[in-house]
Amino acid sequence: MSDKTTDSQGMDFLTSTPRRWVTTYIPLLVFMFVLLFPFYWMGITAFKPNKELLSREGNPFWVENPTLAHFKKLFFDTAYPDWLWNTMLVSVVATFASLAAAVFAAYAIERLRFTGSRQAGLAIFFAYLVPPSILFIPLATIVYKLGLFDTRWALILTYPTFLIPFCTWLLMGYFRSIPFELEECALIDGATRWQILVKIVLPLAVPGLISAGIFAFTLSWNEFIYALTFVSSSEVKTVPVGVITELVEGDVYHWGALMAGALMGSLPVAVMYSFFVEYYVSGMTGAVKE
Amino acid sequence: MLSRFQNSRNGLGLVFMLPAALLLLIFLTYPLGLGVWLGFTDTKTGRAGEWVGFENYAFLLGDSVTQLALFNTLFYTIIASIVKFALGLWLALLLNEKLPFKTFFRAVVLLPWIVPTALSAIAFWWIYDSQFSVISWTLVKLGLIDSYIDFLGDPWMARISTIIANIWRGIPFVAISLLAGLQTISPSLYEAAAIDGATPWQRFRNITLPLLTPIIAVVMTFSVLFTFTDFQLIYVLTRGGPLNATHLMATLSFQRAISGGALGEGAAIATAMVPFLLAAIMFSYFGLQRRAWQQGSDK
Repeated sequence: MSDKTTDSQGMDFLTSTPRRWVTTYIPLLVFMFVLLFPFYWMGITAFKPNKELLSREGNPFWVENPTLAHFKKLFFDTAYPDWLWNTMLVSVVATFASLAAAVFAAYAIERLRFTGSRQAGLAIFFAYLVPPSILFIPLATIVYKLGLFDTRWALILTYPTFLIPFCTWLLMGYFRSIPFELEECALIDGATRWQILVKIVLPLAVPGLISAGIFAFTLSWNEFIYALTFVSSSEVKTVPVGVITELVEGDVYHWGALMAGALMGSLPVAVMYSFFVEYYVSGMTGAVKE
Repeated sequence: MLSRFQNSRNGLGLVFMLPAALLLLIFLTYPLGLGVWLGFTDTKTGRAGEWVGFENYAFLLGDSVTQLALFNTLFYTIIASIVKFALGLWLALLLNEKLPFKTFFRAVVLLPWIVPTALSAIAFWWIYDSQFSVISWTLVKLGLIDSYIDFLGDPWMARISTIIANIWRGIPFVAISLLAGLQTISPSLYEAAAIDGATPWQRFRNITLPLLTPIIAVVMTFSVLFTFTDFQLIYVLTRGGPLNATHLMATLSFQRAISGGALGEGAAIATAMVPFLLAAIMFSYFGLQRRAWQQGSDK
């Protein structure tokens, strides 16, 4: 997303600074506060000792005696490390498998232009619109029949149902932007379709691959309903499901541990996001715009 | 032979499509059909069902909890989508101004959207706690209320609280997508309008909105789709309570099918969402058509 207004001065000089504070800066700061407050709250709660958590005295916005007790409980008294490992494993495998399938499908639809490729493209788009909430019941019976219930394979095989349509759709857009002439030259020079894909198209589509890859990774990391339905043993759960189902014991909420779990589960995607912001934005807007 | 195959469009296209198509057929198309079929049977967990025709649907039509869930879903979707659109557009317009630290702001805005919903919902759960809510604490200290608010315990409060959490999560998607649309509008249009004496409102109404309409249509379709089929947020915050006041179609079908074991009934509830989703998709399709037409392409 390049900033197209930089070459023009715009009309900013028409508005005075005090006016800009009222119309732009203050609303923006309010937005920022509201959007970020839950994260601040998550962070601060994770470090609060129970005494401060369950007290109405004092200033709730700050910690008097920060403690790592909740993190210690999380990592040594619960299966949290297993959940982190499962989430990582399932997300990475599902992402790479989906990306591989999507590269071939997108190239075939966009460039091989086989008979029926338009219909295939449309089908991919509709597949992208099918929400997991209407698929999880029949999928649960299928997963059960295949003997995959309560295994990581159940998640690795079902996550591509939303990852492949998304990645294919995104990559179709990228492939479309690569000039035909490059491929024609290669064809004249005697390259096969496979060589063209590997040596010309893929290197040029690296930004698209990164966008699709990290986006797919985030989607798998955030997935909830399939993981909740298809898995029941603690050692195969993913972070979101594990935190929700196992850190709440009856009516006793371990708020500190819950928040520590939420924080640790959010950090990996947040860190990755901070490295690839531009790819994220182009992935998101690309998928919507095409 | 091999080289002929390597350059044949249909043969190679078929092979390239195979992995994706196979997986989607087994785990997407087939379950979609199976779900519709299950809705017409009385399948329970561990027991194959028999065809019962429209019995499930007839029962659900008269079931007060399902009626309430349908109302909740529509209420949740309509209110949340309208507010998300209004605030998202406002935020996009703010971010489109010339700002210091613009890239930083734009990066930070997306955070609520990329963090797992189930996990950020836990933060909201704690913010909405009936005894230790920080919102209640602040309001009491400011002297605006006397007793702590029971955010998730009262039916209407719970509906509004969950809607607010959904809006919080959905704004970034709307804002960043619309911002991408705004950046494609040439500033010279605004300059020309300003020279002609157009007020800021007129510039927004007659330049920004018409040029943004196609992307608004698509973004809002996705937003409605996500909101209508929402599950995580409700499951974490209220599990459908209090008194089923926040049950959505998705959470109700989970409760009936997975917790309750009535797979057929749950599948019928899920299938009942399809007509609504189709309406949203048709909207998206015509939105895209219009975009192609506006760009002067005959695709």
